Amino acid sequence: MTAKRKRQGGATGASGGLSSKRELRELIETVLSLTKGTDADEAEIHIEEVDDWLTRFANNAVHQNVAERGVTVSVRTIADGRTARATTNRLDQDSLRGAIEASLSLAHSQPKDPYLLPVPGKQKYRAVNRFVNSTARITPENRARAVKRASDLAIRNGQVAAGIFSTGQSQTGIGNSRGLFAAYRETHAEFSITMTDGSATSWAKANSADVRTFDPQSLAQLASDKARRAVDPQELEPGRYTVILEPAAVLDLVGFLFYDFAATAVADKRSCLNDRMGKPLFGKNISILDDAYHPLQLGANFDGEGIPRRRVQLVQAGVPRRLVYSRRSAKAARKSPTGHGFALPNEYGEAPMNLVFSGGNASLDEMIRSTDRGLLVTRLWYIREVDPYEKVMTGMTRDGLYRVEKGKVTSAVRNFRFNQSLIEMLRNVEMLGPAVRATGEEAFEMVVPAMKVRDFHFSEVTKF
Amino acid sequence: MLFLKGHDERGVPLLIVGWSGGSRNLMWDLAAHSLDVARLRGASCADVRVMHLRQRDLTTKNGEVGTLAQSESIGLGIRVLANGAWGFASTDILTRDGVSRCAAQAVAIAKASALAKRGDVVMAPEEAYVDSWQSPCQKDPFEIPLETQLALLLAADAEMRRIKGVTLTETDMQFRKIDSWFASSIGSRIHQRKVISGCGMAATSFQGQEIQKRSYPNSFGGQHALQGYELIESLELLKHAPALAEEAAALHSAAQCPAKTGTLILGGSQLGLQIHESIGHPIELDRVLGQEANFAGTSFLTLDQLNNLRYGSNIVNVVADARPEHGRGLGSFAYDDEGVPAQCTDIIKEGQFRGYLSNRETAHLIGLNRSSGTMRTESWNRLPIIRMTNVSLLPSTWSLDDLIADTDDGMLMDTNRSWSIDDRRYQFQFSTEIGWEIKGGKKTRMLKNPSYSGITTEFWNSCDAICSREHWTLWGTPNCGKGQPMQTMGTGHGAAPSRFRNVRIGTAFSNQ
Repeated sequence: MTAKRKRQGGATGASGGLSSKRELRELIETVLSLTKGTDADEAEIHIEEVDDWLTRFANNAVHQNVAERGVTVSVRTIADGRTARATTNRLDQDSLRGAIEASLSLAHSQPKDPYLLPVPGKQKYRAVNRFVNSTARITPENRARAVKRASDLAIRNGQVAAGIFSTGQSQTGIGNSRGLFAAYRETHAEFSITMTDGSATSWAKANSADVRTFDPQSLAQLASDKARRAVDPQELEPGRYTVILEPAAVLDLVGFLFYDFAATAVADKRSCLNDRMGKPLFGKNISILDDAYHPLQLGANFDGEGIPRRRVQLVQAGVPRRLVYSRRSAKAARKSPTGHGFALPNEYGEAPMNLVFSGGNASLDEMIRSTDRGLLVTRLWYIREVDPYEKVMTGMTRDGLYRVEKGKVTSAVRNFRFNQSLIEMLRNVEMLGPAVRATGEEAFEMVVPAMKVRDFHFSEVTKF
Repeated sequence: MLFLKGHDERGVPLLIVGWSGGSRNLMWDLAAHSLDVARLRGASCADVRVMHLRQRDLTTKNGEVGTLAQSESIGLGIRVLANGAWGFASTDILTRDGVSRCAAQAVAIAKASALAKRGDVVMAPEEAYVDSWQSPCQKDPFEIPLETQLALLLAADAEMRRIKGVTLTETDMQFRKIDSWFASSIGSRIHQRKVISGCGMAATSFQGQEIQKRSYPNSFGGQHALQGYELIESLELLKHAPALAEEAAALHSAAQCPAKTGTLILGGSQLGLQIHESIGHPIELDRVLGQEANFAGTSFLTLDQLNNLRYGSNIVNVVADARPEHGRGLGSFAYDDEGVPAQCTDIIKEGQFRGYLSNRETAHLIGLNRSSGTMRTESWNRLPIIRMTNVSLLPSTWSLDDLIADTDDGMLMDTNRSWSIDDRRYQFQFSTEIGWEIKGGKKTRMLKNPSYSGITTEFWNSCDAICSREHWTLWGTPNCGKGQPMQTMGTGHGAAPSRFRNVRIGTAFSNQ
C-alpha cells in the first residue's frame, strides 16, 4: 500500500504486504491535518487495509481463486455537538477532503446530541503479536498444491472434496485530534473441507493466525473418515436426546449469546439478560470471559474509539456478573468503559468479541464412552433466533450426525432440526472438553470446549 | 505517504482526481488496458468490472439518531481464464500501472488454479454488447436533503414511542448508487447505473418474560427496491407507525399460537422469504453441481429432477425474471455481471419444475446453449457468482378478503421473525412476528409466537389459493449471503398472500 510499492502483489501471486505502522500514522496525521480549517471541532480517522487470498475448490478441483487488496479511510467529525462518518477508498487529497466535507454535512443535518462525548485522549495498549510471516508468504501455488493433495485423497477414497484454503493479512489503525493513535495487524489462514461420500457428507475446518498450526491434509483425512462413517443414515424419532457437541457446534450456538452482554442491549431491553444479572442462570460449570489477549484469539486490542480492550468476566459459575461497555454506555451506567465499543456513530453500542469459555478435562472419547444413548454432532447450520428472551434457537445438524449407544458410535443418523433454549442448554451441560479455538460458519471464532448436554430438543427430521 | 497529493507511488498524477461523469472514458480505458494485459499474459478469455459504489445509511433509536454515515468505494476486478482455469484479482489503484499488475496477478492465479484442475472450463457462447442502462429513479435519494430524511425517521420514531408498552423504537433508511463498467474479451462494453432505496421501522416491547416486536413494511430493514426516494414516500411511515406499535404491545396479551396441523395463509412478505429459501436457493445451478457444498450447501434439485419433479400444485407458477419490466426489484438489471442480457426463465410452470439459474460455465451442463443471465457481484473486489434475480410467484385471482372468507379454520401469519432451512433445502421452519386465527371465514383473535415448518415440495404442493396482482408486491431481500469470500446480494421476490393446507404449525415453540 505504501509509497514505496506494497499495494499490489507481484504477478507471481506473492503477497504484496501491508504498509508500515509509520506509514499508517502518517496517513492518519495527514487526514487529520486536512480537517483543520474546517468547522470540525474534533476528528477521528480509521484506516483499514486488507490483502486477502482465497482458493476455493469443489468436485476435486479448484473452481474459484481470488485475490483482494484494498484500503479504506473513514473520517468521523464532531461539530457543534453532532457527529457523523464518511468513508472512502480514494486516497487523493481531493477525495479525502470530500470525505471530510461529507462527514460534516451529515453531522450538521441532525439535532444536537446531548450525550455525545469528545474523542478520547492518548491511551496505553498491551501489545499483541498476531502477524506470522509464514502465513503472509503463502502463494496461490502453495494453496493449489494443498488442494490437489486433499482432492487426490478424496479420489483415492471414492469421495468428492469441496472447500477453501485462504490466507491473508490485514491491519487497522485509528487516530484522533486529541493525539490518540493505535494500530493492529494480523495474518489469518483458514482451511475448510467437506467430503462427500455418496449422499453422505462430513466436514473439518481450522483457522489460525499461523498457517503452520494446522495441516490441511490431516483435516482432509478427518473429513474423509467421518464422511465414510456418515453413509446410510438411520432415521430416528425427534425428541430430547443427550448430545455430544463438537467445538464447532458449540461455537455456532453460543455465538448468538455475545450481543446479549452489551450494556446497550440491556438498556434497550432486548437482551436475554434483562432482569437476570447477578442471578444463577446457567449451570455452575459455565464461566465465560471476554479476553482479547488470550493466545488463541485474533482481533484488535482496542475498540472502535481506540479504547484498550479489557478482560471482562461475563459469567462466573453460571451467574452473569458483568457486561461490556462503550464510553457512552459506561457514562450512562456510571461504569468504566471496557474497550468493546463499535465505531461511532451507531445504535448498538458494544459487544464482547473475544469470548473464552472455561473448559473441562473430558475428551470426546470419554464423553462418548459415558453415554448410554445419545447423538454426536459435528456441526450445526442455519441457526436463527426464535425467542430472544428465552434464547430459543432453531437450526439443523449438518455434515455428520452419529448415534451413540452404550458408549460407542454405532451408526449415522438423518439430520434433525432443533428448537433449543441456549439458557436451558447451558444449564444441562454434563461434561466439558478442553477449550479450543473453534471455527464454524455462523459465529466468528471463539475459544470454546466440546460439551455433553442432556435433553437437547430436536423437533423434526429431514430427508438425509 | 499514501497517494495523498493526488499521485501514485511513482509520482504519477492519479487519473481519478476530480472524478465525475467526465471520467467515463477513463473507466473504459482502464478496463480495456487490463484486458490487453491479461491477453498478453496468456488469458484465453477475460472480463472486467470497474465499479463505483456509493451508500448512505441513516438510523434512529428511541428518538435519537443512531447511525449517520456515507461511504464510497471504487475499484476494478478482473476475471480471467488461463490454462483452462479461473483466476480473479481486484485493485483500488486505478492507474494503468495498477490495473496492469492486477490483470497479471489474475493470470498468475489462474495458472496456479490449473495445478488442481480436472478439466478445462467451457463457456457457453454469448454475443458482444455495447450498451448503457440506468434503473428508473424519479427522485435521486442522494439529492434529497438529509434533514428531510432524518425528520421523517424521527417523526415515525416519535409516533411509535407514543404507544404505552413500547420499550424500543427503531427506524432506518439506506440508499445505494452503483455504477458498473463491464468489458470483456469478446468485445462487450456495458455501463449500468442502479439506484437502490430501502426503509423500515420497528417497535419492540419487553414485558415480564417476553420480547415482542412488530416491523413495517417488513422486518430486518423494511422494504428495498430499485427505486429512488419515491419508494420512501410511498411507504407512508407516519400513517402506519401507531398501529404497528400498538400491535407490538398487544402481542403480550395475545394467545400463544397452538401446535397443530392445519390451514395457513401467508402474508406477502413472509411468502417472499419462503420463495427465497425454498425455491430461489435450490435452483442455483452452482449449488446443484456441488460448487457450494462446503458453505452454502447443495440442493435436492439434482439434474434428473428437471422437467420431472412436481414441485408444487397446478396453480404454482414461478419465474426468475431479471428484466426491468418484471418490476423494480433488487434482482432487476439490463445485463448480468457476465455480460448476458436479463432474461425471464420459467422455474415452475403449473407445478412442474422447469428451470435453473445458470451462467455461461454451467449452462451446457443442463443442455442449454446459453446462460440464463444470473451472474452477479457485490462489488469490484468480488467474483461474480450465480445469484437469484427476481424469483417470483406469479399472482392468481383471489382477493384477500375472499380468501379469508373461504377459510373455515386456519391461521394468517405475517412478517418474518426467524428463518432456517437445511443445507439441501428440504426441511424448513419459519416464525413470524404476528398471526391471526381464522374461524368461519373471519379473521379473529391475534396470536403470538406463530411458526410453521415443512418439507419444500410437500409445502408447495399444498398451495390451493394465490391472491391477485392487486395484492402482489415485489419484495426486496437485501441481505442474501453466499460465496467465499462472503458476498451480500439483493434479490427480488414477487408474492401475493397465498393459502396452504395441512401445514405443521407451532413447531418452534412446541415442547419447550
